[in-house]
Amino acid sequence: MTRDVERVVVALDVNGERAELLVPVHKTLLEVLREDMRLTGTKHGCELGECGTCTVLVDGRPELSCLLLPVQIEGCAITTVEGMSRGSQLHPLQQAFAELGAAQCGYCTPGILLSARSLLESTPRPSRDEIREALAGNLCRCTGYAKILDAIELAADRMN
Amino acid sequence: MTGFSVVGKPLPKVDAAAKVTGRAIYADDMLLPRTLHCRILRSPHPHARILAIDTSAARRMPGVQAVITGHDLPVKFGILPVTQDERALEHEKVRYVGDPIAAVAAVDEETAAAACDAIAVEYEVLEPVMSIEEALAEPKGERIQDYGGPNNIHKLVALEFGDVEAGFARADHVREDVFFFQGNTHLPMEQHSAIATYVDGRVTLWSSTQVVHYVHRALAKVLELPMNRIRVIGASHGGGFGGKTDPFAHEIIVCKLAMLTGRPVKCTLMREEVFYAHRGRHPVLMWVRTGATRDGRITAMHFRTALDGGAYGSYGVASTFYTGTLQTVTYDIPAYRFEGCRVFTNKPPCGPKRGHGTPQPRFALELHLEKIAHDLGLDPAAMKRSNFVKPMTRAVNWLRITSCGLDECAERVIEASGYRNRTRRRGHGMGFAISSYLSGAGTAIYWNDMPHSEVQIKVDRGGVTVYCGAMDIGQGSDTVLATIVAEELGLQPADIRLVTADTDTTPIDLGSYSSRVTFMAGNAAIQAARRMRGLLVEAAVAKMGRAASEVEVGAGRIGDFSFEEASVLAEARFGTLTSAGSYTPPKIAGPYKGAGVGPSPAYSYSACVVELDADARSGLIAVNKIWVAHDVGRAINPLLVEGQIEGGVYMGLGEALMEEQAFRKGLHKWPSMLEYKSPTFLDMPEVETFIVETVDPEGPYGAKEAGQGPLLPVPPAVCAAVYDALGVWIDEVPVTPEKIVEALRRKEKGEPARFGPARYPAIPYPPVIKVEPPPKDLDRASTASI
Repeated sequence: MTRDVERVVVALDVNGERAELLVPVHKTLLEVLREDMRLTGTKHGCELGECGTCTVLVDGRPELSCLLLPVQIEGCAITTVEGMSRGSQLHPLQQAFAELGAAQCGYCTPGILLSARSLLESTPRPSRDEIREALAGNLCRCTGYAKILDAIELAADRMN
Repeated sequence: MTGFSVVGKPLPKVDAAAKVTGRAIYADDMLLPRTLHCRILRSPHPHARILAIDTSAARRMPGVQAVITGHDLPVKFGILPVTQDERALEHEKVRYVGDPIAAVAAVDEETAAAACDAIAVEYEVLEPVMSIEEALAEPKGERIQDYGGPNNIHKLVALEFGDVEAGFARADHVREDVFFFQGNTHLPMEQHSAIATYVDGRVTLWSSTQVVHYVHRALAKVLELPMNRIRVIGASHGGGFGGKTDPFAHEIIVCKLAMLTGRPVKCTLMREEVFYAHRGRHPVLMWVRTGATRDGRITAMHFRTALDGGAYGSYGVASTFYTGTLQTVTYDIPAYRFEGCRVFTNKPPCGPKRGHGTPQPRFALELHLEKIAHDLGLDPAAMKRSNFVKPMTRAVNWLRITSCGLDECAERVIEASGYRNRTRRRGHGMGFAISSYLSGAGTAIYWNDMPHSEVQIKVDRGGVTVYCGAMDIGQGSDTVLATIVAEELGLQPADIRLVTADTDTTPIDLGSYSSRVTFMAGNAAIQAARRMRGLLVEAAVAKMGRAASEVEVGAGRIGDFSFEEASVLAEARFGTLTSAGSYTPPKIAGPYKGAGVGPSPAYSYSACVVELDADARSGLIAVNKIWVAHDVGRAINPLLVEGQIEGGVYMGLGEALMEEQAFRKGLHKWPSMLEYKSPTFLDMPEVETFIVETVDPEGPYGAKEAGQGPLLPVPPAVCAAVYDALGVWIDEVPVTPEKIVEALRRKEKGEPARFGPARYPAIPYPPVIKVEPPPKDLDRASTASI
């Protein structure tokens, strides 16, 4: 680093593991996850909170990691796509997305999986319109959303 | 379907687990030790001469490792051999806002950005050219490029097939219309990204590209290195849709910076830069005149197009031809004249987007025929169907049609949607449209006689590895390769290891564009796999003491042996087990200049019906449902085919209703994902998909393309449905509420009930080149060649 930048030590709870990091105070959670923690499953699409690609769960709620600073969420439980599966066992949503072709290029997939997981935790049997509403902040350019809707419904069935 | 074990099954993609767990490594996910970060200084002016570039302050900044300008990369490049008009960094003249001028490699991105800000560029601002009309006119100042036609015209073409005047003379009805298709952009979720290393005199580039081979060629040219000193690897791909099909400045820049610094250098474009990198859908103004008999049979057609190309050539010459070429592979047009024109403007260059150059004329053609049907009092769908081409025919412009499920596609969507007996009430409408697309371009981008795709297979102690240059951009080409090899060797796709899109280790495939991979790499894979199967069977036969015809291959067994046992027997008998296959498209182009654009070994066909409600007061449209049928020859994996169809329909609906790449004073009006509207979960209606299988004689197991065709009929079907609902024609896309309200206002005032371009400009097309239609006895089937 070459210029004077204010840095802070933050303690983050990511996927159940606590990490202490020294980061520039203005660095977003998205950047810290990807660059400092090398959790590159969380993607960036717009840098401005418009596309939903960088969605992570903060205490179970979907949040845009490109609009959060780590200092805001110390003490909160952060879940990224890397924290969805249990060991080598895929989460039912991941399993359904894989089986039904809901991930084409796969770039929006981590964010959509996390938004969907949050939905299913609050609404175990959502209608198709409820899924659309909950996922409206996540853009996908490959699938036309159809296979994603099918996969979320399949996962909901299996989880109940 | 009989006899297949994995072909035709809806199996998950071979990379599905990597994609749903976040394990897939995209270019920007890579961070090699000592990586430097690159940012690019871009022009703030749409048109300017560069008088001086002062990088001294930037070079002095702590953390800056290298600063380069066009003086470091003066060699020009471009995707087409005829338009080598781009520089990775421009040091003489900039032609659009966003044209790259200088690049910095620094220890972090912020330092690189600050250093870009510290570069002083002195410009002489020139008069910008911002529209087709301005480009056609005498330039007020300097022209944009120093080649091409008069004024700011880039390319002019004029071709005539058959006797068009005679065709019009025998028509009972002749109609002319003008249409406009607005430009739009790919908007992949992943920004372009590339990272390069320079080790032991060799450059390695990982990039989010659709075409590792063409990037390889461009790097060799601009870096002035032999191709064997350069390796291009396709990283996991976050979406392209044609937008990552050119070699890009940032790909060349990171290689040069890696060579200068000896360290890895990465560049990931900001979202705003992606809008300016563009190469998306050309805005096209179109004029079409058609003659028809009383019962709706086409007698002649004259089609004119004017493409707003932006500042550079890109694929533009091909795009220009594509706006005129595929009209003939859906409708039997006995005489056809095409005049095309592409102009340069001071905007980001346009290029190929899903459907490359054909959604625009398809929009015009479908609506134009719809209007003719209304003029003649005919049902539009029935009139179109009466003109459909027949399988195993040649079009008037020599394009060879093999399998053709167009009529079945039409029937499926008309039947399922209830189009014939639709509810007739104001505000509710249905529209029908059809289309076609290539299964790969029949000619390479640069002239050569080599195969378009090659596959190698290695078998070693039961392990199968497939090597192919094809790039999986999310469409599932890796899965198709694995499925085909598994089918031939009696295995499952998950048994196959894949090495793809790496110019050092894989044989060539020209890339993921023009819907070519399943058809071409698929055929190469079948050939390679059958050769390998022959070795395994021969070794098994020798051990079993039975005839080869008695050896069954399947369920992981070769005759009496497990696959692994058979592979050990074969390796003992033949040595290292490798096989190879390749595919070269048939030479079927017509005997005229320009005939290289349009021929394809096979065409897909599609049809759709759009049902919507349109509100006359607000102009708002609610699309309720879309039925789509797609003739893909054979679905090697129906799950992936459905995904391609649904994604294509989605993208077509976005173009029809909202997506728009437009500029104000050289600046993009909406260079962000919030302002550039694209359909969300809430905007997307249910899509009912029908896969039609016609088993093409040349496709792998009969397969044709799946990914591009279904986009094309959606915009004209939307406009046909709007007319059905409100009685007004919207002759341009996107169909926004204000256009509908304005058309209704005009209708009320007794003016023509339409919204669209008022007229088509005068364009100095050259005299038409007259081409005789193909002789009737030319060919009928797969052996055709001229």
